[in-house]
Amino acid sequence: MNEKEIEILEILEENARIPMDVLADMVELSVEEVEKIIKRLEEQNIILNYSSVINWDKTAGVDGVAAMIDVKVTPKRDVGFDEIAERIYRFPEVKAVYLMSGAFDLSVQIEGKTMKEVAFFVSNKLSTLDSVLSTTTHFLLKKYKHDGVIFEPEQKDKRIVVSP
Amino acid sequence: MKHVQQQYISKTASQLKPSGIRKFFDLASQMDNVISLGVGEPDFVTPWNVCEAGYASLESGYTAYTANAGLLELREEISSYLLEQFSLQYSAESQIILTVGASQAIDLAFRAVIDPGDEVIIVEPGFVAYAPAVTLAGGTPVSLETKAEDEFKITRESLEKVITKRTKAILLCFPSNPTGATMSESELKSVTDVIEKHDLLVLSDEIYAELTYDETHYSIARINGMKERTILISGFSKAFAMTGWRLGYVTGPEEIIAAMLKIHQYTMMCAPTIAQHGALEALKSGREDLEKMKKSYRQRRNFLVKSFNNIGLSCHMPGGAFYAFPSIQATGMTSDEFAEKLLEEERVAVVPGHVFGAGGEGYVRCSYATSIDSLQEAVKRIERFVSRHSSQA
Repeated sequence: MNEKEIEILEILEENARIPMDVLADMVELSVEEVEKIIKRLEEQNIILNYSSVINWDKTAGVDGVAAMIDVKVTPKRDVGFDEIAERIYRFPEVKAVYLMSGAFDLSVQIEGKTMKEVAFFVSNKLSTLDSVLSTTTHFLLKKYKHDGVIFEPEQKDKRIVVSP
Repeated sequence: MKHVQQQYISKTASQLKPSGIRKFFDLASQMDNVISLGVGEPDFVTPWNVCEAGYASLESGYTAYTANAGLLELREEISSYLLEQFSLQYSAESQIILTVGASQAIDLAFRAVIDPGDEVIIVEPGFVAYAPAVTLAGGTPVSLETKAEDEFKITRESLEKVITKRTKAILLCFPSNPTGATMSESELKSVTDVIEKHDLLVLSDEIYAELTYDETHYSIARINGMKERTILISGFSKAFAMTGWRLGYVTGPEEIIAAMLKIHQYTMMCAPTIAQHGALEALKSGREDLEKMKKSYRQRRNFLVKSFNNIGLSCHMPGGAFYAFPSIQATGMTSDEFAEKLLEEERVAVVPGHVFGAGGEGYVRCSYATSIDSLQEAVKRIERFVSRHSSQA
């Protein structure tokens, strides 16, 4: 991975909607070169997706709950944690699965419409999996910052408009 | 009553011209929806670790004066920083003073070395405070005009032309505000023998040293024979986005620093204590933040300079600082007209080049310390403005 590729990734990670010609100027390459690099990064699954960070709390009529679940599991010979992780991440309500060091093994993030829905998922789907030993569910109360984005940003530039 | 008050004001103060930047500040601050490319400071806020160190110093009760020269621990950190980053060796005990911004260091330096009648060469277009600082210290500023065709660097010929018997010192600021010009090792070496021949003192304001994009910054003090005659001025404002903390420093030959310290101890006592604790943290842990900001400035520079050239405002690629200095001569307007009309018609604030002294007319200073989104919008507006006015011509 060369410096320009890393630079392009950093810029896209911050703003995936940046116009190609602006991005090209920023990294001092032509639009064609940048497009070629991005296409390759997509093909290599380095760039996986272009998504938005949305504050759903501000949208009227769209309600939901999110929870982080600490899951202890029994790893299996040969496949380790990968097999059970896959069993879990295939559920569409599961938004994120991470293998963790420490007191538990998998951190599972789940979103549902209601607490009841989340509770149902944990008791009926997650806990019943063979390798799952125990679960601890933490409901998320408020998002302050997600993926490096602050949810209530202070927009105002505090500098004076013209200075030497 | 006004007339009566006037008689008390010193000749020096009444003859001092107000900065040309002021007018644009007044105009722009009354308008809404202005995109300002007129700001001479970083758009980032100070790295959080540094702010934390400021809080922590207050919590621990560090609210008293420090030594006149500043916290020894900070001077030691600056000493090793200068060695690591710029291969410069200065003693923490006897060669470094912490000042209230690099601005105070400039004032101190002039006051410590200028006698009435001494001439000081100021490279222009240059920072607006240099010439007044020379005047206030009793000296005479002499302008050395740099040109776009030399990428606003100084040359042997341009330097030799302005040296007289009364010339005592030359003030250099590379990377430059407002032109963004830098000078490489070999370019500096092409003028240092002239400086030595005429036995000049050098005041090198290297406040933008860390914001050098294509090459590594090379301090004039590194050149053989220069360290003994160079007062090096820098600070935390630009590199660590700490303008409001007001902390700079000066280093140089022991005797000159001692003379400056005498003035400093009577007129300022010491630099702000909280800021010194913040700066200590900046040097210890701020490198990563600095590199991130620098990368972002470089990307924005590339975009802005390319865009200016595309829309017919010819602009050299500035090697450092965070200013583009495009020529607006193609529009047929003076820099004042251009800046005023652009602000009125398109709500984009830039600073007319003439306020930066000789050679500035025909150019405007545009700071790219502004988000890439704002820069895109600014370019759109400037493009509209330029095409509207060139079709009229």
